[in-house]
Amino acid sequence: MVVLEEPIVAAEAPAARSRPGRRVRLRRDWLLLLCALPGLAALLAFHYAPLLGHVIAFKDYQPYIGIGDSPWVGLDNFRIIFNGDPVFLNALSNTLVISLLQLVFVFPLPIAVALLLNSLVSERFKRVVQSVLYLPHFMSWVIVVAIFQYMLGNAGLLNGFLQTHDLGSFNLIGNPGMFKELIVAQVVWKDTGWGTILFLAAMSRIDPARYEAAAVDGASRLRQLWHVTLPGIRSVIILLVILRLGDVLSVGFEQIILQQQAVGLEASDVLDTYVFNNAVGSGVWGASAAAGLVKGIIGVALVLAANKVAHLFDERGVYQK
Amino acid sequence: MSTATTPAGVPVRAAKGVVLTLCCLLVILPFVAVISTSLADQQQVTAAGGYVLWPDNPNLDAYRVLFSGDVVTRAVLVSIGITLVGTTLSLGCTTLLAYGLSRPGSFAGKPILMLVLFSLLFSPGIIPLYLTVKQLGLLDSYWSLILPTLINAFNVIVMRAFFLELPKELLDSAKIDGAGELTILARIVLPLSKAIIAVIGLFYAVAYWNSFFSALLYITDNAKYPLSLVLRTYVVNNATIGGGDGATALPQQSLQMAMLVVSIVPIVCVYPFLQKHFAKGIMIGAVKG
Repeated sequence: MVVLEEPIVAAEAPAARSRPGRRVRLRRDWLLLLCALPGLAALLAFHYAPLLGHVIAFKDYQPYIGIGDSPWVGLDNFRIIFNGDPVFLNALSNTLVISLLQLVFVFPLPIAVALLLNSLVSERFKRVVQSVLYLPHFMSWVIVVAIFQYMLGNAGLLNGFLQTHDLGSFNLIGNPGMFKELIVAQVVWKDTGWGTILFLAAMSRIDPARYEAAAVDGASRLRQLWHVTLPGIRSVIILLVILRLGDVLSVGFEQIILQQQAVGLEASDVLDTYVFNNAVGSGVWGASAAAGLVKGIIGVALVLAANKVAHLFDERGVYQK
Repeated sequence: MSTATTPAGVPVRAAKGVVLTLCCLLVILPFVAVISTSLADQQQVTAAGGYVLWPDNPNLDAYRVLFSGDVVTRAVLVSIGITLVGTTLSLGCTTLLAYGLSRPGSFAGKPILMLVLFSLLFSPGIIPLYLTVKQLGLLDSYWSLILPTLINAFNVIVMRAFFLELPKELLDSAKIDGAGELTILARIVLPLSKAIIAVIGLFYAVAYWNSFFSALLYITDNAKYPLSLVLRTYVVNNATIGGGDGATALPQQSLQMAMLVVSIVPIVCVYPFLQKHFAKGIMIGAVKG
């Protein structure tokens, strides 16, 4: 979960007024720097330095020669993208379809549940429901996939029940035709509850006087929802849509790679698994790296663009100028 | 919602209650069934066609068989080791980094903060990460399960926000009394931040316990598999598992579900502590910035 707003940086402003010289500050703050060093080093080594690894998108990388000595091949590796390699296109279209399904079916659910929770009268019932619904978020994808197989698989609990009662069977797991629905259902199960947190936090900050004023003006509960609650969480919704956009090309790598074996690549290959299977699996490094690089660039570009649009509409977005 | 509105009518309230209760059941029921199957005896599992919702004669046979073999035992030990070492290192580095960034206007503070913030907007990508770990010679090393995920930038931001909220006068007076940065950190900041440190530590611990991505990418030697990879092999991909002494008169399903329970239980144990804090502390802090 990534949520930043302006005070993080804005807090710097007052200190800048009578800032002592560089050398003075270095002598004063060197211990703080030393504190930051180990964490910063880890961040640089495993978040920024790896970006250099993208050069192999322009090389014919051979693990035995090493990155430096592998020959440059210009844009050759990008041919799979420009020439429309069918395997690549299949992965791309699966990615986009799953992403779209998630935006339509997964994104609004936490808002609905949060509205429901927020309208509860009993605080205790609300807390119990929250505790239960947040729990699956902390389970790893391996656990969630195993639980789904166990509940809904061909030999699972539901089908066992259906069969003993002669009700046919429900073939969701290991069924290529239903793979995307399965992925969406798993995400809903795992993260709907967790997704309500930010909306609930935003709702709790709405001034109760607004509801009172609306009620005095004769607004029904539904109209209050429309005119007070939803506007109150608008900026959170926009923020999350922006972040979601940045992830449009990343759809649950762990979740999908775990279930690929059963349904085959045609139904289940997405960009991340395409990159992983071709590179780490089959040793086709250059082309996979090219696909990964393009994917990464599009992701960052989408976040920046969406943020720009949010600014145009006077919203705060992820960061401020 | 608000005190001014008249509460919704009984039917509406009942409907809400029913919907939310159903949601809760959808979450709880699978866990109950998993635990039940792991505890059920052989006859019942066979009779039920594999899985049971409630065990008639609960027993721990499945667990005994699991831990008599070395596959699961070793994986559990690996996961415990990674979680302990990883959480300690992550928490230490995160606290120090957050503290180092908690003095506005300090030398190089702003660029470092920007590096932390910006890292949230992109991920380095699968291949570059793999190559980095490979170049560092960490493939098939336990360190590959710890170092790449050592710092979670979001946790740094949350902790820094907490440190920034600490009363300035306290820090200033300590400085006037001649305390150095490290003394202030150890004597004043840390004791006041126990709650946030505990929560972030738990978040790290759960992440290490669950870690799958790193293990999938960097670990090929199955003697070094953490629990998540063993789960994938034997539960998700359905490979046959047996105990060390070949005493597997037990149905596969019981063993698989027992393995699942072993990986779920630690999370459920720390969950109440996590839950107590994150709802009000972390998330609201994050929204405020």
